[in-house]
Amino acid sequence: MYVAVKGGERAIENAHAWLAEARRGDTRVPELDVAQIREQMALAVNRVMAEGSLYDPDLAALAIKQARGDLIEAVFLIRAYRTTLPRFGASKPVETADMRCDRRISATFKDAPGGQVLGATFDYTHRLLDFKLAADGEVPPAAMAPAQAGSVPHITEFLNRDGLIQTEAPSCETPPDLTREPLEFPANRALRLQALARGDEGFILGLAYSTQRGYARNHAFVGELRIGRVPVEMEIPELGFSIEIGEIELTECETVNQFAGSKTAPAQFTRGYGLVFGQTERKAIAMALVDRALRWRELGEDNLGAAAQDEEFVLSHCDNIQATGFLEHIKLPHYVDFQSELELVRRLRAEAEAVAKEAAE
Amino acid sequence: MDQAVMTGGFADPPIQSPQAFRAAMTAMARPGDILAVTGAQAPAPVSVAASVLLLVLCDPGTPVWLATSHDSADLRRWIAFHTGASVVAARGEAVFALGTWDSLLSLADYRIGTPDYPDRSATLIVEMPLLRAEGAVLQGPGIKESAQLSVPEVAPLRVNRALFPLGLDFFFTCGSDLAAVPRSTVVTDPAEVV
Amino acid sequence: MTEYTFAYLDEQTKRMIRRAILKALAVPGYQVPFASREMPMPYGWGTGGVQVSAACLVPEDRLKVIDQGADDTTNAVSIRRFFEKTAGVATTTRTAEATLIQTRHRIPEAPLTRDQILVYQVPIPEPLRFLEPRETETRKMHSLEEYGLVHVKLYEDIARHGQIATSYAYPVKVEGRYVMDPSPIPKFDNPKLESAAIQLFGAGREQRIYALPPYCQVVSLDFEDHPFEASKADHICDLCGSATSYLDEVIVDDAGGRMFVCSDTDYCETRRAAGHRGRLAATEEEHFA
Repeated sequence: MYVAVKGGERAIENAHAWLAEARRGDTRVPELDVAQIREQMALAVNRVMAEGSLYDPDLAALAIKQARGDLIEAVFLIRAYRTTLPRFGASKPVETADMRCDRRISATFKDAPGGQVLGATFDYTHRLLDFKLAADGEVPPAAMAPAQAGSVPHITEFLNRDGLIQTEAPSCETPPDLTREPLEFPANRALRLQALARGDEGFILGLAYSTQRGYARNHAFVGELRIGRVPVEMEIPELGFSIEIGEIELTECETVNQFAGSKTAPAQFTRGYGLVFGQTERKAIAMALVDRALRWRELGEDNLGAAAQDEEFVLSHCDNIQATGFLEHIKLPHYVDFQSELELVRRLRAEAEAVAKEAAE
Repeated sequence: MDQAVMTGGFADPPIQSPQAFRAAMTAMARPGDILAVTGAQAPAPVSVAASVLLLVLCDPGTPVWLATSHDSADLRRWIAFHTGASVVAARGEAVFALGTWDSLLSLADYRIGTPDYPDRSATLIVEMPLLRAEGAVLQGPGIKESAQLSVPEVAPLRVNRALFPLGLDFFFTCGSDLAAVPRSTVVTDPAEVV
Repeated sequence: MTEYTFAYLDEQTKRMIRRAILKALAVPGYQVPFASREMPMPYGWGTGGVQVSAACLVPEDRLKVIDQGADDTTNAVSIRRFFEKTAGVATTTRTAEATLIQTRHRIPEAPLTRDQILVYQVPIPEPLRFLEPRETETRKMHSLEEYGLVHVKLYEDIARHGQIATSYAYPVKVEGRYVMDPSPIPKFDNPKLESAAIQLFGAGREQRIYALPPYCQVVSLDFEDHPFEASKADHICDLCGSATSYLDEVIVDDAGGRMFVCSDTDYCETRRAAGHRGRLAATEEEHFA
């Protein structure tokens, strides 16, 4: 009874022990190691890095193992770890035109300088369960091609050369950082992009899909989608020049969207942009569509009241760590508040009954 | 870098800064209460209490303005070395300002916050020759009935109170003692109190 | 956990939180935005309160953590352990012995003293949020002191139910200026918001800190013909016999039998230790034995 409703230290300890056992599963089955997850669950690792805002495949793989494959839980582990890391400085902006692309496609042109490279994609696979994988995952080596030489220009730049697509104003301003400053509205585009890049893939996907179905439709074409590795450079003040501190894999998506124009300004295509850690193309494309929808004010479009146009709605709800925490907190005891509601409802009912009785007499 | 700049910080920041903050917070929560702090010493003429406040509250995100009474190359380097805060030329850019009362005036030049964000206002650290629980009468949040504090002048603090919820917040420091008068405090000349 | 600093947060984060706390004390009831950090417990589970406590704790503190008024509810246990591990501070369940109390949903029954700090965990700090979901709008309403909407909501309650139908998180006006959410405490606790202790409110996910300095004027919103009433269950505690404490209703058997017990476990235990007995005190002791 009364005592039994209380959790207590032992209950927590026992729950933790049970969780550890459940994570391991049947001990007759060999244990997964972190390297196996990193290599063979790479897309899960990429999602955890992207939404965890920390580029470290080994840590992301460890988080997935610890979280029993619950990716939002893994993202949470990474975020909580990230917050304890000291910040040494900021890198120079990465140059995605210098990306060594493993994949690069354009839906707007049949071909382009640099060529279309399909890369390792599910796109044209037939989604048939491969029962052979259940027994044996060994594969013959894939065909090799010589690595691309030099930088691969962005396809949207070809359009820009003719003035057919709107030019983004360059800026040397330090972008805001929502991990260091409280979120404030209105948010500029850099802040919105940061929030979207960290945002939940499912949430951003749903919003992007809603724009395609008419909730602030903006007629997106994938101008270019590229996946590959870029060097990360940092200025070292003591040295007076920048050095390369590593390399990261990125997915970048530029969409070419519905044109804007007026009597005074000639018609021009507009852009949406997505950039995400790792091979995460569903997320990058969705991000570009939502980015474009959020730009309605700047591009002189109407606010149609669509969810994807509403920056407060999108930015306040896209973070899955905030969302899952608040959602799941309703599991915590609320009996004090419930008790006060209970008393109130009883009193309201008693008063209503008294009034009804009086009326009957 | 010379000795005066390198020394004078907390010997054990994770332990000393909470203790110092607790004193600063108690002071801000209970206007007029005088609390003692220890552990820091910026180059002269900065008091121990003001040095402690600089260490506990300032960092690269908080521009500091130094009044002529306190501005010196040594102090600028001490602040840069121990806190990373930048020393700014204009009072209006400062999140914290340090000096004697006269050299901090006029109060009209500091940030008082905006109606949307009244918290975006400056905090002034006022170095005092003397700090005692006597003189001006303080009333308002944090004070049971009334308190007294030897503030340097009443009129500017009343003007500041009239701006509420905007306005400046003050720490008064003397030796190792500190007290605070936030914008919410009503300050009255003892002669006016019946 | 030697790899983490005292009270978990790094010095720069603590400085940022501390500056927000000072401004919060200077403008009572106003919600100061702060760059809340991701903590090792989920948002919604007290990250705001934990960050505020971490920024305030000193090694000499004696910490008490309660959830629903009880020290032994699971989340209170978990947060207390977090600070035992990361700050090494002493902990207690005795309200009178605590120097810093972190709470969720209750204010202790025993009046707090000037040497104590009460830190509240806050889920939704904005008292106007359920009337106006947009932050840009509610911020404007606070700046213009435009609180008509809250009164309209309370008045609609009266029109529909004959009385104000808000039983917890009951809005208050602080020092005649800001309307404030006291966190989801039952309205029974509202009068205790005027206290000798320093009260700090932390909302991690919503990135807000606000405060009530000691002896701050805190008025629960009401109407002349429908004055505020700090109500509770019309019973006395079955364990300690208190007629004035907030009670939990506990269902004790399948036949719908129930007992009422103090939600503040330390208050109840202190009274029983002093010899006070309620209706079922004897059976409860047998149960413990």
